[in-house]
Amino acid sequence: MKTITDIQNEIIENFELFDGDMESILFYLMDLGKKLPAMPEVHKTEDYLVKGCQSKVWLFPTFVDGKVCLEADSNTEITKGLVYLLVTIWGNQTPNDILNSELFFIEKIGMSHMIGSQRSNGFVSMIKQIKLYALAYKSTNN
Amino acid sequence: MAQKLDIISIRNQFPILHQEVNGKPLIYFDNAATTQKPQSVIDALVKYYSHDNANIHRAAHTLAARSTDMFEDTRKTIQTFINANEAEECIFTKGVTESINLVAQTWGRKFLNAGDEVIITTMEHHSNIVPWQMICEEKGAILKVIPINNAGELLMDEYDKMLSSKTKMVACVWVSNALGTINPVKEIIEKAHAVGAKVLLDGAQACSHLEVDVQDLNCDFLAISSHKLYGPTGVGVLYGKRELLEAMPPYQGGGEMIKEVSFDKTTYNEIPYKFEAGTPNIGDVIAFKYAIDFINEIGKENIAKHENELLKHCIDGLEQINKSPNHQIIQLIGTAKEKVSVQSFIINGMHHFDAGLMLDAKGIAVRTGHHCTQPLMNYLGVDGTIRASFSVYNTLAEVDVFLESVRKLVKR
Repeated sequence: MKTITDIQNEIIENFELFDGDMESILFYLMDLGKKLPAMPEVHKTEDYLVKGCQSKVWLFPTFVDGKVCLEADSNTEITKGLVYLLVTIWGNQTPNDILNSELFFIEKIGMSHMIGSQRSNGFVSMIKQIKLYALAYKSTNN
Repeated sequence: MAQKLDIISIRNQFPILHQEVNGKPLIYFDNAATTQKPQSVIDALVKYYSHDNANIHRAAHTLAARSTDMFEDTRKTIQTFINANEAEECIFTKGVTESINLVAQTWGRKFLNAGDEVIITTMEHHSNIVPWQMICEEKGAILKVIPINNAGELLMDEYDKMLSSKTKMVACVWVSNALGTINPVKEIIEKAHAVGAKVLLDGAQACSHLEVDVQDLNCDFLAISSHKLYGPTGVGVLYGKRELLEAMPPYQGGGEMIKEVSFDKTTYNEIPYKFEAGTPNIGDVIAFKYAIDFINEIGKENIAKHENELLKHCIDGLEQINKSPNHQIIQLIGTAKEKVSVQSFIINGMHHFDAGLMLDAKGIAVRTGHHCTQPLMNYLGVDGTIRASFSVYNTLAEVDVFLESVRKLVKR
């Protein structure tokens, strides 16, 4: 099974083809967002809404066979692409692996302006939220 | 009469504009959020900290005298800029937000009572909603809201109906940050005064575009931010009529605002110092003067003429995109007859956040979101807009690049 680092490196390799051209990167992210499996509408409730000032993210986690499974969606296409990448990286990983991992792909694909102190983006809150879920699952597993 | 401006030489005074963002020349259309700063303002900051830095008003040495003179010089410049009767009626604050909070917390605390009414408008920025909500809640006063029409204009008939002897304050935005609407503030003030109410104008967006004459307007308070006037961040002004400022209790306690302090009793300083507790933002206040000088040198009328040309070009271009085959894909938000150079819009089928990032990829800075006017957005039935706002250093060629980028977004 691929590690979190392996998956991030593969993603970075794919984005290197754009040679830093931001417009192409954003179009690619929008395309990736379309690959995100549809999230059942019943899971898109206030309880699973990760609020950003502008973009919203819904996150519905489950814990199956010691691994964190992630269902997610966003109301904006570019954020949805990032959400797809995050689900690809952290989905089906153990709580420990998630908690011990570092998300270096965001900066490497040229999207560091989407994280940091920007409160406009639900993606930032999603990263924090997944770590909180991982922590909770870890403690129930012990 | 307005003159044709040499925009290239104006642009050359703004070093920040000469850079690339995402490999494209920066096009800065987020001027309603904050304007860029001319070299003269930047130089004034460097000069102050390199040569003149000292705390003001109290020391007997040369540097203190110099910095005090420069600080008070800005106050006189502001007085002239807004045509206040006296410089002492201009209080330095952190910005519009603090200016409004100051009035709500001092005037409001002293003069508002249970059952009194405060009137605001649907298009207020959060900074002219929340301070009034806070003091109304504390005092048992009632907050009333003037509705708007679909173009984003106040329904003045509804305002007329709201006014009564219970009305104590009308706190109104002069120019809407989200829509660009210029409100008929002179009429609003006259009508408020007729029932004995005071009027506070949020001048954040108005003062860089419109002539300001507080005596002619006869407003009781006017709140201004320097950073929207080509000046530094963290500085603003509260203008208030002398008799009101004198009747109001102090806002914060500390140094500067006192006359005599003993453990039994403190007497307060005269205005404006009564409201300027602590060491103020001296360097930025001093540099603020150079921003006003910049505006005065070009002339408000000339600035407005140029900005209106940019706005018209933008609106015409957006309407052009709306023609076949993109039938009505763009919805203009804010179509008031009287507007400054701000245009909000949405692209049907595209979230404003995506649009903002796509435009940023082209080097174009616009603001997306609710613009700190959530009640207005709720009223309009949108969760945010794309807002392009133009300033004196923007060009028609930049608007063309922007329109071309929007056209491509729509075609996607």
